[in-house]
Amino acid sequence: MQESLICLYTIARRETTRIFRIWVQTLVPPVITMTLYFIVFGTFIGSQLSGINGFEYMAFIAPGLIMMSIITNSYTNTVSSFFSTKFQKNIEEMLVSPTPNWVIVLGFVSGGVVRGLSVGFLVSMVSLIFIRLPLYSIVITSLFAFLTSFVFALAGMINGIFAKKFDDISIIPTFVITPLTYLGGVFYSISLLPDFWQMISKANPIIYMIDGFRYGFLGIADMSVMTGLGMLIFFAVVLFSINIYLLKKGIGIRT
Amino acid sequence: MNALSIKDLRKRYNSGLEALNGITLDVKEGEFFGLLGPNGAGKTTTIGIITSLVTKTDGKVTVFGIDIDVDFSAAKRMIGVVPQEFNFSIFEKVEDIVCQQAGYYGIGRDQAAASSEKYLRQLGLWEKRRTTARELSGGMKRRLMIARGLVHEPRLLILDEPTAGVDVELRRGMWDFLEKLNRKGRTIILTTHYLEEAERLCSRIAIISDGRIIENASKRELLKKLDKETFVLDVRDSNREIAPLEKVSFLAVDETTLEATITKGQSLNLVFEHLGRHGIEVDSMRSKTNRLEEIFMGMVE
Ligand SMILES: Nc1ncnc2c1ncn2[C@@H]1O[C@H](COP(=O)(O)OP(=O)(O)O)[C@@H](O)[C@H]1O
Ligand SMILES: [Mg+2]
Repeated sequence: MQESLICLYTIARRETTRIFRIWVQTLVPPVITMTLYFIVFGTFIGSQLSGINGFEYMAFIAPGLIMMSIITNSYTNTVSSFFSTKFQKNIEEMLVSPTPNWVIVLGFVSGGVVRGLSVGFLVSMVSLIFIRLPLYSIVITSLFAFLTSFVFALAGMINGIFAKKFDDISIIPTFVITPLTYLGGVFYSISLLPDFWQMISKANPIIYMIDGFRYGFLGIADMSVMTGLGMLIFFAVVLFSINIYLLKKGIGIRT
Repeated sequence: MNALSIKDLRKRYNSGLEALNGITLDVKEGEFFGLLGPNGAGKTTTIGIITSLVTKTDGKVTVFGIDIDVDFSAAKRMIGVVPQEFNFSIFEKVEDIVCQQAGYYGIGRDQAAASSEKYLRQLGLWEKRRTTARELSGGMKRRLMIARGLVHEPRLLILDEPTAGVDVELRRGMWDFLEKLNRKGRTIILTTHYLEEAERLCSRIAIISDGRIIENASKRELLKKLDKETFVLDVRDSNREIAPLEKVSFLAVDETTLEATITKGQSLNLVFEHLGRHGIEVDSMRSKTNRLEEIFMGMVE
């Protein structure tokens, strides 16, 4: 067990070093994008809108934007790191060693979590330039931030396992994650939608994550925070198991 | 005790290609074993199976008595591997690559650093420890992989064509290093397609071709075989008794065919004269192609 922990630490450290070594690629772009969102949606457009649920528009969208950057960066980090490790063949370094599969999964996922949370933290700092964001419950906020980045890092890992070429790492983010995030209540409150669209929206898991995270800041929520947490834990367990299954089968890593 | 024991190992790739058609071989502890064969023979596939990069279709592999199907992790702890192709991250520093590898074997940081220093020094890479792998020369990259393969002190070191593309000077240095390692008791398996390399280093050599082991002998036996040349002679009457002739052996294949095996460089005139004395007249003669030799010719190309 101690050996496994050393091994996990080694992979996690390698992943973290990578993130900070190429910080111009990993940390800067999302911060710039989100700053633009704050300026355009928060300042320019937001000033022309009345608030939502008693909060300024900017305060309402800030948690959503932070969550959006956590989601994309956690996912992107594991998918690209795992794919390039596979592509450069240095995944073999781990495969020839006694490293257990769960350590490989958690090692790469911890990189995704570190990147997601680092970007999330930086974006939160940027948001403070524009608005004084309340913090209703740091426990709820941290829990949602951590679990969401964990879940998306796990999802990115699955994508990385299946990816055969560089194009394969951007398909899911472009066609699934980004649309679901934009439709996930970053910019508006679900309760203001017509019934039909509310119903449709409830099928989008990202809504619960953003809503719960926002609850941690503002103390208001459209949905049940417990449902959100339960859902995150459920996804974490399912996605982790899928990863283990795929590595055990040797998909994408053994011939 | 056998460091490695392979029994009837088979591999069919998803493409349908049969890369290994039932390989059986044993490597004794302390041996310097050469797996010699031309490109595409199945050397890398065999190593891939032993190190879990390739899944076997059938057969059994044990490493120091541990069946890889029973406890692959325990088997892997005893093996260090130096792959044929560079497979480290080119963006990482030499020292990090080696220390990380120790980490994958669960070795703590202090011990990893000490072991990494030991091998980086021995392989002349200590000065380069903070260099990113990308900036190393080909020979240095190869040595980096050797250091990485040794950092967890494996009892068995497997090297897949370690000197391919390495210039002569460096090759000698690498040979000396490996010999020293072997003398200190480490079992080494090396694949190569240079006969010269196997001859210099290995005490035992197996020859693999088309996924089959076609020869497995001590170096001395093998060289003896390679030093022989067989001629097929068409004669009038091969059934006559032939007195033995030094360094030549005769084999009557049928009534009009006789095979004479001589040591390379020996004069054929002696053979003809000897046969003449027994009243055997040679009508024509051709050299019999030697399977081993064919393979070596193939490898040289
Ligand atoms: N991943 C693979 N998929 C299909 N065929 C492969 C694969 N790897 C190797 N082969 C084939 O298997 C045979 C043996 O290859 P290999 O073990 O690399 O030989 P060697 O290392 O002796 O040159 C070759 O015909 C090669 O083309
Ligand atoms: Mg090969």
